[in-house]
Amino acid sequence: MIKAVYRWFDTRLGIGDTWMPMLRHPVPRELAGPLGWWYVFGSASMTLLLVQILTGIGLALTYVPSAGQAYESLLYLNYQQPWGWFLRSLHYWSGSAMVVMVLLHMTQVFWHAAYKYPRELTWCIGVGLLLCTLGMAFTGQVLRWDPDAYWGVGVGAAMAGRVPAAGPTIVDLLLGGPIIGADTLSRFFALHVFVIPGILLTLLAVHLWLVIKQGVSVPPQPGKIVDLLKYDAEYHEELRRGEPFLGEAMLKDVAVSALVVIVVVTIAALAGPKGPSAPPDPTLSGANPRPDWPFLWLFGLLSLSPPAAETAVILIMPIVLVLGLLAVPFISNRGERAPTRRPMAILLMIVIYAVLGVLSYMGQTSPWSPRMLAWSGDAVPVNLIKKMDESLSPVELQGAVVFQNKQCRNCHALEGIGGTRGPDLTTVGTRLTRDLLIDQVSNGTPGGGNMPAYGKQMSPTEMTALVDFLVSLRPAGTPAAITPSDRGTKNKGRLPNDASATTGPSAAK
Amino acid sequence: MTKTTEDRSELEVKPRRVFLKLLTALLGAIATAAIAIPGFGYLAAAVARRKEQPWISLGPVSAFPPGETRLKVIKPSDNPLAQPWDGITAQTGVYVRYLGRDESYQDQFNVFAINCTHLGCPVEWFPQSGLFMCPCHGGVYYENGDRASGPPPRGLYLCVWKVKQDANATEPHLFIQAPFLPTLQHTLTDKG
Repeated sequence: MIKAVYRWFDTRLGIGDTWMPMLRHPVPRELAGPLGWWYVFGSASMTLLLVQILTGIGLALTYVPSAGQAYESLLYLNYQQPWGWFLRSLHYWSGSAMVVMVLLHMTQVFWHAAYKYPRELTWCIGVGLLLCTLGMAFTGQVLRWDPDAYWGVGVGAAMAGRVPAAGPTIVDLLLGGPIIGADTLSRFFALHVFVIPGILLTLLAVHLWLVIKQGVSVPPQPGKIVDLLKYDAEYHEELRRGEPFLGEAMLKDVAVSALVVIVVVTIAALAGPKGPSAPPDPTLSGANPRPDWPFLWLFGLLSLSPPAAETAVILIMPIVLVLGLLAVPFISNRGERAPTRRPMAILLMIVIYAVLGVLSYMGQTSPWSPRMLAWSGDAVPVNLIKKMDESLSPVELQGAVVFQNKQCRNCHALEGIGGTRGPDLTTVGTRLTRDLLIDQVSNGTPGGGNMPAYGKQMSPTEMTALVDFLVSLRPAGTPAAITPSDRGTKNKGRLPNDASATTGPSAAK
Repeated sequence: MTKTTEDRSELEVKPRRVFLKLLTALLGAIATAAIAIPGFGYLAAAVARRKEQPWISLGPVSAFPPGETRLKVIKPSDNPLAQPWDGITAQTGVYVRYLGRDESYQDQFNVFAINCTHLGCPVEWFPQSGLFMCPCHGGVYYENGDRASGPPPRGLYLCVWKVKQDANATEPHLFIQAPFLPTLQHTLTDKG
């Protein structure tokens, strides 16, 4: 009976003569052995994609893609809809894992130079899939309609707005109107749910077709080179001794995919959903927008690139990066595949990951950002005011108040607490003289660098008090800084209220 | 010697078939255009929407003390650029600084957009030090909107303002042109 039903469908669908041969396509024999563990990342990415599609459909049943209600529907998902929090959490963590897995897959292919002849196009389609995955990560972040999402779109618009001539038009097309609002969210919803998945699944179909058509690459061996004239015959010979994919080779894919899903589900259950942090109110003060982790490197780069080169970094660098990735198999599509014989390629890969890693770390810690609440939230450490048994003078104490009140702490730390855009000032009195301090505070960094000029932002008495306080910032018993020309003529050229400078507060007593 | 059938072009042998092929191509082109043109028009509507820049009132001039910078929130219902379904995102903030009166006894204002000119993040006003600071990459501006330090390529975006007697009020009100999202090449004023 079951056989008869199968035969009925087989005659019509061609399971036996079309689909089974595809599933049983021969793969190199090594894949059934331990080397097969190298080949699991692509299928793990696909498994996570499946999780994304299923959880995404689930979320779409409840999520309201309207600027006025998206935030409320996210709260409803988090706190009221049974399992809503878990679906949101899983969608976020599985999406993050998918970015990781796609990168791992790409890294493995590069490591083993599997992109060489005849798999150049497979690599290029893979680059498209990477871009789609990152596109999903960005548009997905926007759907989490909170200040990070709102200002993330704002930053995207500001970047697109720098395109020569066409910038303003691109911004309008991106936002769907003059402000970030309902049209913007609807656009990103359409991109996230229809446009990018459509492109992604189409590219994936071609990618998989190429995997079957060109076959899976043999694990590389030093000295075994890709020769365009001989490769096809050699590979054909390899496959004659090969194994069907459906079997030992596929088991590893299944095992790793299952493991990845279990890990992702565990993380999702323990860590919970990401955000939404606050309503997307553009006038909410204290907003501190940060992108999701796949874009932290860009966030860091945008702060660290010199202003003169910034527009080029924003507009040209992405094109160069994508073209560079696409060019990989065309720069070298023959020769050695073993990583030990391709030191430059491997070095390049390590450098790229190191750069991305450092930029992401910088983006995460963002030492350039002012700590907006440090001036009112972080008090001056007591031991800077009361050293040993010596207290600061009233004017110096007043300077400490000026220091807090003028938001100096937002950029300058005391004993490591506070902003890190400018230097920590715990011992500035040992480094800068009174004159240098007055100059630095009044005029800031010349040419509008890191520090604003405070000359017009405070009164002369405030300035005197502040500089007195800064001069006092040095360890007990340490002399104040002096200019080289003052050396040997100790007390000359000093202001009268700097009498403690040469002896230090504790010695003076 | 006559040409064999293979030598002769299709047009000579089957002119009607060639005509029908061309006609099919034409039909396809018309069908494509019939879908594409409205489609492009639909997408371009987003660009057309920005042409409207109506005036909105920020309240009486007397509500702004001289020399002080205030964050003025424009409620969603007062924002003519918003859609009714924009929700809280239709809320817009501008920083208003009343400069007092000039020689000819005219009220003078600075009205700044909230967006940093570096990458559009929201700047925060600190009255104690008279500085605007941006939380993203550390752009800082003076109270008059000039760039003070950090990565911004220019000063804060200025809104177009005017002081006018409100229709049903007795005292002069401050009006601005409703601010869209300003970017480097599309600022809120013609001059930038």
